[in-house]
Amino acid sequence: MSVDLSQFHQVFFEESNEGLDIMEAALLELDPDNLDSERIDEIFRAAHSIKGGSGTFGFQQIADFTHVVETLLDLIRSDQFKILAEHVDLFLRSVDCLRTMVTQSEQGEECETELSNSLKSEFEDILNGRESGASAETQNGGEVDANDGQSDGARGWQIFFRPSTDILRTGNESVRMFRELAELGDLEVDVDASDVPQLDDIEADACYLAWNISLFGEATKEQVDEVFEWVVDDSELTIEAIDIGGVGLAEASSSNTSEDATSSAKPAPVVAEFAPSQVVAEKPQTTAAKAEPKAKREAKAESASIRVGTDKVDSLINMVGELVITQSMLGELGRNFTVDKLPRLMEGLEQLNNHTRELQESVMRIRMLPISFAFSRFPRLVHDTSKQLGKHVELELMGEQTELDKTVMERIGDPLVHLVRNSLDHGIESPEARVAAGKDEMGKITLNAFHQGGNIMIQIIDDGAGLNRDRILEKAIDNGLVKASDNLSDEQIYDLIFKPGFSTAAEITDISGRGVGMDVVRRNIQELNGSVEVESQSGKGSTFTIRLPLTLAILDGQLIRVGSDVFIFPLVSIVESIQSYDQMIHRVSSGCEVLRLRDEYVPIVRLWDIFSIKPDSEKLEDGLLVVVEGDNMKIAVLVDDLLAQQQVVIKSLQENYRSVDGISGATILGDGTVSLILDIGGLIKLSGVSRAEYKKHVNEDDSAAA
Amino acid sequence: MAKQTEIEAPNNDDGIHAQAELAEQYLTFYMKEEEFGVNILSVQEIRGWEAVTRIPKSPGHVLGVMNLRGTVVPVIDLRMSFGLTDLTYDDATVVIILNVECSNSNKVMGVVVDAVSDVHNFSDKDIQPAPELSDKAQGQYVKGLGSTEEHMVILLDLNEGLIQDEKALLSIH
Repeated sequence: MSVDLSQFHQVFFEESNEGLDIMEAALLELDPDNLDSERIDEIFRAAHSIKGGSGTFGFQQIADFTHVVETLLDLIRSDQFKILAEHVDLFLRSVDCLRTMVTQSEQGEECETELSNSLKSEFEDILNGRESGASAETQNGGEVDANDGQSDGARGWQIFFRPSTDILRTGNESVRMFRELAELGDLEVDVDASDVPQLDDIEADACYLAWNISLFGEATKEQVDEVFEWVVDDSELTIEAIDIGGVGLAEASSSNTSEDATSSAKPAPVVAEFAPSQVVAEKPQTTAAKAEPKAKREAKAESASIRVGTDKVDSLINMVGELVITQSMLGELGRNFTVDKLPRLMEGLEQLNNHTRELQESVMRIRMLPISFAFSRFPRLVHDTSKQLGKHVELELMGEQTELDKTVMERIGDPLVHLVRNSLDHGIESPEARVAAGKDEMGKITLNAFHQGGNIMIQIIDDGAGLNRDRILEKAIDNGLVKASDNLSDEQIYDLIFKPGFSTAAEITDISGRGVGMDVVRRNIQELNGSVEVESQSGKGSTFTIRLPLTLAILDGQLIRVGSDVFIFPLVSIVESIQSYDQMIHRVSSGCEVLRLRDEYVPIVRLWDIFSIKPDSEKLEDGLLVVVEGDNMKIAVLVDDLLAQQQVVIKSLQENYRSVDGISGATILGDGTVSLILDIGGLIKLSGVSRAEYKKHVNEDDSAAA
Repeated sequence: MAKQTEIEAPNNDDGIHAQAELAEQYLTFYMKEEEFGVNILSVQEIRGWEAVTRIPKSPGHVLGVMNLRGTVVPVIDLRMSFGLTDLTYDDATVVIILNVECSNSNKVMGVVVDAVSDVHNFSDKDIQPAPELSDKAQGQYVKGLGSTEEHMVILLDLNEGLIQDEKALLSIH
C-alpha cells in the first residue's frame, strides 16, 4: 500500500523552484502602498503549493517554515494586515532561505534550520504583535482566531472524520493522515464501520469507514486543519477542542459537510479496508509519515529535463504522422515501380524532403525556451544591488518571449549578470550626480532581446554616464595595450574594455571590479559562437549588444578547401579573406611570417603544414589568406580555396572518437560526406604562435622598420 | 560441441538453444590469411568500404570519420593496427560497425577488414588462452584462440585503445 514517494521528489523540487521564482517575481512587483490583490494571491498560491508538496513528501522543515510565511500572507490577503516595504524584504529573504532548503533537500542533505528559524521567529513576532494589537471584532476571521486562542488552553482535539467514499480514488490515504496526527500528540482512533455494506456490495476501492479521533497534546487547530487540508472539501469533518479545564467550548468549524457528500457516503456501506483499523490498533509510528530522505544521491542531479509546451509536441506528432504517410506512399510506389511513375516518385521525394526539414525544425524548437528564464533573476538582482549601492534604478525587460536554445540560455546567464552588475556599478550614477546632470533621479536599465537574421540579440542598455573615453585610453596606455601615438576611433577605444587585464573601476567594489573583467564576458560569449560589442555616448549611457546564434546545434560556416580536404570556419570568427601580395608579408624570422593588415601584424598559419595535408600549392601567393579571430588574437590562415557559405549542423567528434586539437566538431555536408569544423583557439595553439612571441616579433619588426 | 556453420539468426534452431548458456557466437573475418572473430553482439552492421574524411593529427590506423546515417563514426583499419602491410581497398573490403564498450559510454566505430567470413559458436572449452603477447600492442585485443575442427580463429576483444594508441602502434614497427 505504501507508494514510494521519492519517485516524485524531482517533480516537487522543480515545482518548488518554479513556485519560488513566481513568488520572487511577484514580490518584486508588489507595491506596498498600492496593493494588488492578484499579486498577493499569486504569492499565496505559490507558497501554499510548496507547503502542501513539502508536507506530503516529508520535507518537514520546509513545510514548517512555509507555514508561517503562508500564515502572514493569508492575513495580508484577507486585508487583516498591512504590508510594509520591510515585510516585502522579509518575504524575499524567506524565498532565498526556502530556495536553499529546497536545494539542500534535493542534494539529499539535511536542511539548515538556523536561518529559517531566525526568519520564522521574525514572522512569529509580526504575527503575535498583530494579534495582541488588533481587536478581535474587526476581523472577519475572528471566529477562527478565537478558537486559536482556545487552542493554547485546550489539551487536545476531538475529531470526527467521515471521508467521502471516493477518498481513496482521489489518491488520499486516511492512514497517512492519522500518522501525521500522531506526530502532533497522543492519538486514539475508533473506527466506525457501521456503514460498511454486505460483502457482495463492496466496491474494492471505496471507503465506507468513518473515524472518531481523539488527539491529546499541544497541537494547534491549524496543525490539525492542515492534516485534513486536502480532503476537507468532500468530507464530513468536525473538530472540537477537548478542554480538560472543564469549560466546554466545543465549536464545530470548517465542517464543510455538503449534504451530498454525507448522503452519498451513507447508502453505499461496506468494509473496504481493514488496513486502516489495523494501523489504528497499533501505536502509530511517529516518524512513519516522513518519507525517508534518500540516503545519498551520488552526484547532484543535473536538471536535464525540459518542459515542453504541448503545442510543440503536437506539431511534432503531426509531422511524424505525415512522414509515415509519405513513407508508405513511397514504399507502395517502389514495390511495383515502372519508369512512367517517375514523376510521382520525384514528387514523393520532394514531399519527404519537406517533411524531414519541418521535422528537423520542430525538433529544434523543443530545445528553445523563452529568454524570460534567463531574465527572471534580474529584477531581484537589480533590486538588491541598487539598494546596496544607494542608487535608484528601474529595470525594464523587453522581448522576454524571444526563444533561445536551452544550452545557450544556461551559459549566457553569468555573462549577462556580469554586464548588468557592471551597468549598475559603473554605468548608472548616484542620484545626486544624476540630478546634477539634469537627469531623472531614477536610473534605468533595459534588457532587450530580439531576433535578427538567424541570431538572437540581447542588449543591456543603461542611461548612465557612458564610458569614459579618456580614462579608458589612459589606462590602456598604462597597461601597454595601445600606444599614445595610436590614433584610435571611439569604437576601438570602447572595445579596449574587453581586453584582458582591464578594469576602469577606480576602486574595487563589492559588485564588480574583482579582477574578473569584461574579457571573461567576451570569452564566454565567444565560446557560444557569439560576439559582444559596446556603444556609448558620454552622458547619455551605454549599450552592450550580445549577438548569439539561435542554437549551438547549428552554425553558420564558411567552407574552405586545402588539397582535397574540406574544412569549415565558423563564420563569426572570420574577419576577412584576402589574396596576399608579397609586400604585405614580412618574414620576421625563419618560419614566422606576419601579414601586415592595415595597422596590425597578423601571424600566418599554413593549414596544410599543421595538418600535414598535401595542398594544391605551398606558395603563399597562390592561396588565400583567411583572417580569423579567436582567443583575443588574430591569425591569417592559408587555404587553397574558399567554397560555399552554409549553415551546418554540428556533430560531436568526441561521441565516438575523441577530441582533436584544432577541430571543434564535425558536420555532414549535403553530399553525405563528413567535414570537420575548425577551432580557432586550437589552431593558434597548434601553430605555436603564442601571444608573447607574436608581440615580440611585431615589436622587433617595428623597431627594424624604424 | 559441434561447430555451427549457419549464418542464420539463432531463432529457430534447437541446437543453438541447447548451447545457449555455454556458447557465444562470433562473427569471423579475414585479414590477410588469418581468420579473426569478434563477439557478434558487439557488431552493429557490416558495410562496404567507402571513402572517409581524414582527421588531421590522428594515428595512421585511424583512417578518418564516416557518416553513418547522421552520426559521425571513426573508421579504423584493423589490418594496420595489427601491423599488416600491402593493404588494398577494393569492392571486397568491408567495414564492420562495432559497438565498443568504453569507460563511461558506448562508442560506435568502424573497423576495416579484408572480408567477412562466417558465424561460429565457441563455448569456453573451445577457447584457449592467447599466448603471451603482452609486449606487443595487439596483445591487449586478443582474447583467446578459438578452435574449430578445421582451423583456428583468433578471437578479439576490441576496446577503446583502438582509437587512442598511437605510441603502442609505433612500437610494433
